[in-house]
Amino acid sequence: MNGVPILSVMTWAPFVSALAIMFFARRRPMLVRWTSLAGATVSLVASLWVYWAYDRELAGFQFREEIALVPSLGISYLVAVDGISALMALLTSIIIFSGVFASWTVKERSQEFYALLLILVTGVYGVFVSLDLFVFFLFYEIAVLPMYLLIGIWGSSAEVRPQGIFGWAMGRTGVGTKEYAAMKLTLYLLFGSAFILVGVLALYVATGSQTFSFLTLASMEFDPALQTWVFLAFYIGFGILAGIWPLHTWSPDGHASAPTAVSMLHAGVLMKLGAYGFVRLGMGLLPDAAVDWAWLVGTIGCINIVYGALSAMAQIDLKYVIAYSSVSHMGIVMLGVATLTPNGLNGAVFQMFAHGIMTGLFFALVGLVYEKAHSREIFKMGGFGAMMPGIATAFTVGGLSSLGLPATAGFPAELLTFLGAWSSEYRWWLFPGVLGAFLTSIYVLRVAKQIFWGPESADPHFQNLPDAQGPEWAALGILVFVLVLFGVAPSLAIGPVDTATIPLLFRLTGQ
Amino acid sequence: MTGDGTFALAALLLHALAFLVLAVVAPLRRLGRPAAWFSILCAAGSLVSALLAWQRHAGDAMSRLVWEWLPAQGQTLATVGVLADAESTIMLTLVALVACLVQVYSLGYLSDEPAPSLGRYYAYQSLFAFSMMGLVLAPNFVQLFICWELVGLCSYLLIGFWYYKPEAARAAVKAFWITKAGDVGLLIGIVLLWRQSGTFDLTEMRVLVDNGALPLAGLSLITFCIYLGAVGKSAQFPLHVWLPDAMEGPTPVSALIHAATMVTAGVYLLLRTEWLFALTPDVLLIVAWVGAFTALLAASLACAQDDIKRVLAYSTVSQLGYMMTAIGAGFAAAGFFHLLTHGLFKALLFLGAGAVIHAVHGNDLPQMGGLARRMPQTTVVFLVGTLSLAGIPLFGGFLSKEEILGAVWAGGLTGPFVLLMMVAFLTAFYMFRVVFLAFFGTPPARDTHPHDPPMTMALPLWILAALSLGVGIYFAVAGPALPFGPAEHEFTSPDWLMPAAVGAAVGGILLAWLTYQRRAIDAATLASALGPIRHAALRRFWMDDLFEGVYGLGLLGFSRLIGWIDRYLVDGVLNVVSAWTVTSGDDLRTMQTGRAQDYVYGVALGLMILLLWVRWALA
Amino acid sequence: MGLQAYLTLAAVVFCIGFFGVITRRNTIGILLGIELMLNSVNINLVAFARFSGDVTGMVFTVFTICITVAEAALGLAIVILLFRVRRTVTADHLDLLKG
Repeated sequence: MNGVPILSVMTWAPFVSALAIMFFARRRPMLVRWTSLAGATVSLVASLWVYWAYDRELAGFQFREEIALVPSLGISYLVAVDGISALMALLTSIIIFSGVFASWTVKERSQEFYALLLILVTGVYGVFVSLDLFVFFLFYEIAVLPMYLLIGIWGSSAEVRPQGIFGWAMGRTGVGTKEYAAMKLTLYLLFGSAFILVGVLALYVATGSQTFSFLTLASMEFDPALQTWVFLAFYIGFGILAGIWPLHTWSPDGHASAPTAVSMLHAGVLMKLGAYGFVRLGMGLLPDAAVDWAWLVGTIGCINIVYGALSAMAQIDLKYVIAYSSVSHMGIVMLGVATLTPNGLNGAVFQMFAHGIMTGLFFALVGLVYEKAHSREIFKMGGFGAMMPGIATAFTVGGLSSLGLPATAGFPAELLTFLGAWSSEYRWWLFPGVLGAFLTSIYVLRVAKQIFWGPESADPHFQNLPDAQGPEWAALGILVFVLVLFGVAPSLAIGPVDTATIPLLFRLTGQ
Repeated sequence: MTGDGTFALAALLLHALAFLVLAVVAPLRRLGRPAAWFSILCAAGSLVSALLAWQRHAGDAMSRLVWEWLPAQGQTLATVGVLADAESTIMLTLVALVACLVQVYSLGYLSDEPAPSLGRYYAYQSLFAFSMMGLVLAPNFVQLFICWELVGLCSYLLIGFWYYKPEAARAAVKAFWITKAGDVGLLIGIVLLWRQSGTFDLTEMRVLVDNGALPLAGLSLITFCIYLGAVGKSAQFPLHVWLPDAMEGPTPVSALIHAATMVTAGVYLLLRTEWLFALTPDVLLIVAWVGAFTALLAASLACAQDDIKRVLAYSTVSQLGYMMTAIGAGFAAAGFFHLLTHGLFKALLFLGAGAVIHAVHGNDLPQMGGLARRMPQTTVVFLVGTLSLAGIPLFGGFLSKEEILGAVWAGGLTGPFVLLMMVAFLTAFYMFRVVFLAFFGTPPARDTHPHDPPMTMALPLWILAALSLGVGIYFAVAGPALPFGPAEHEFTSPDWLMPAAVGAAVGGILLAWLTYQRRAIDAATLASALGPIRHAALRRFWMDDLFEGVYGLGLLGFSRLIGWIDRYLVDGVLNVVSAWTVTSGDDLRTMQTGRAQDYVYGVALGLMILLLWVRWALA
Repeated sequence: MGLQAYLTLAAVVFCIGFFGVITRRNTIGILLGIELMLNSVNINLVAFARFSGDVTGMVFTVFTICITVAEAALGLAIVILLFRVRRTVTADHLDLLKG
């Protein structure tokens, strides 16, 4: 495989298939799907290969490719992966591969839908692999912007009653509609990326050496004052995408309104972009500030965990439950990162992966349930387990992973994070973390009991619903398999991740 | 001779194989009976393997097989494997035996189930047996916790096996949540202990403890947290409320999981870490008192139940309290001995009750009566179980109960000892109440023509009855030397203990006989004599209501508050900002009149200002 | 008569034209005002050319006149179209740009 620009193949394959769809697949929906599948498959194979061939002994950044783009400004197309980004790329591949299956039944404008989805995925891959901050930012924007159209056109609206002291504002902004969700998400994320851009440019100027290369920047020592404010800018910028409290409210609305595959990608992968960017740029470039501000990151992570779980418990719309559970689980990621311990950071990265898969599975399932029953209202549904045993089983597996049950990927992630939390400077972080896992068990199983188990709903709309069919099985099967596989054998993921977290933490804490 | 742990591993993996095959090969699972037979075959193999393992490790031979599970910083953080020694292999044998018998029994009990759900049942059963064995053989806390949670999962799945029954679905989540609440403690304890000792491994930790290298500061908190896990799983007060509800599951499940094996995991955990708990006598004292209190509470509740399975469930809670008290007194081996005998005769009682339920199609004692003539076989085995539980000499439970009472007395815990003596009396009373009401007395008006169960159900019953009796007789002959752990007696019981305990049991039987058989004492009078206690017992001492309130009002209410805050305050601020933006845009746009002449005015005005500015600024 | 007089005339004509542009209600009137303003510029150009002896100004004026004609034609065409569509040529009613 030497000489093949494997990372570029992985990154651009979806883009190429998106172009092919736009030009050659007009009004041929099956061709659209197969082309998308082909693009996703190429990426999947490439990322599996990268993951498998990554040399753990050698560690560091591998599979490097470099093309100078604007030499006068020091911008170049520099891509490479380390253990963390290899795992994240694999996650992206799995989600998009199953996402293509999960949106097999999209009827309206499927050509544009798939094209946008694939372009978005290219952006995601680009963020994970690029080491040039300018190109990183470009990819970041590519990953964020198609969301607006995807939600605004193919999304669905929910009903939210305006009330409370700010009720007047809710009526004014149209809360609950898909347009509102799309606008909110886009504005929020662009607001965040403005912070990121400022931070990146500040670092670029501070070096004075005309380069955007991560590798060069990472070898520099920045002034502490500069570090502090750039770190906070990165924290806000990436934190918005990672759903940190109180900047998380785009996520429930956005995820609830988005179509199935978009929710999968968004909650499954895009939120990880935030956490990944935070680890890569925030911690990788600004070690002193990362140590100084760990208390803030971890404490807000704890708030996220408990607050997200409690909010999820209060929801009556199935999609909102899952969306808030993402807020809660991203709290675990941020908590793990903030512990600044090897176990905590490994746990955080593992949790990024595990949560990506489980939330992808959840949104796929919610999509399926909605498609069959045309309802997302938890307390109207009931007893679907007898009609759709496959979906019910997959939901239960996802739920169990969500509450950190052993033998699913959620457990090693949470265990490592908790170990890290108790070894960190702020030991009490352990307790909100464990409490969050307990609360998760309550809201997830409550929902599972209400919808799938328990007595059948008397509503005539909910009779004789079909189980998952054809391509939908593929999506569920893949995700459940990965969830269990990584739960049973966590060393599959921890092995490569470990090689990346050790040097990172060495820079931060000298250990 | 040192064993190599292979047999123990094989016992474990056979069940894993059964589960994997049933889970993955959907067509086989949907066939029902073939799937069941496959599972039973694996269970039988597992039993043989477990027996061999027991035989190998019965002495002091210990062996350990581990593989890396979780790496960290290039080293091994956690392992999985088997730790086979005398304690774990004998427990393994009990699990394998009861699992195998229950699987055979289920074939008859669930003969009316549709084929796919029968296959599902056996898949769960195999998963349970695998997880339970993994727990028993766990060489470290991580595997222990993994399997601990997995057995909880299986309990959830099997209680909710008839998920279309609302009570079953509810009981399943209740069981999961309440045990999970205890597991929160266990997980915290494990994390804290890891930090304190630097290892998860039981063997390594034991070495640390033996060398006095484990820092004692904060150890009480750690052991208490670990104990919390046991409180949840072994249904100790106040987390005992899930176990009676768990009876919504199929009866064989209750026999296996909620009587013989899973619920004893907490006791087993404390046994495995007794050297750790020995360092924290304050926590042990809590264990003993809570255990004794639970035993009494549950025994009194058992007297007031009309559902035969609930009586047995409360009796299980009560007996678990017994075992815990012994451990709290510092004599874990006595508790473990009772765990083993209890596993046999309680499984027997549950399976016997299952046969009765199967025959009369109902759980309620008033629906039964006079079954002794219709179901002679069941009556005999049920009596064997009851006498064992009551602690009558020559039966299985007699010696283990004596051991516990002796241990508690020797531990100097007079309070718990008195409580346990009361429990001994109550136990005999409520069990014989069941016997007299169900098997003797007059048949109910609505007769369902009950008859003895088919072969698949009868065989396990007879085997368990024979074992319960056999164990009792064996120890009566061989003396009360425990077949595991320290061979010599750790304490000496006072001479009056045995007569007193037997006296209490016989007293209980007599009272039950007078009340429910001879009707010499009117049951209603007895009830009214105990007025407030009976009333409270019928309300289950309001414990369920308390949990209901905490969940419904406390937790859900608080979550609604948070949800409201999120939607209407946190998000509200954001909406206000955007609404302001929209509004101010609205206001500003009225400047655009659309009349071209207004724009010309604007241009002229701007030009003039510019000219003036140039004039003044550049002058 | 010096340059001053021409420039004064041009300024007066420009102001009259500008006054017309901003006060007339009729679109045709506004167009006429624009023509006046343009022609005042022409006067300036011719006057400067005459007094500085450079013909460029004259040439430029010829260009401007041509363009003014075209502009007038275009402006009238727009007004006619507007009238067809909106049934009015009153400037105050033509507020399609209103926010």
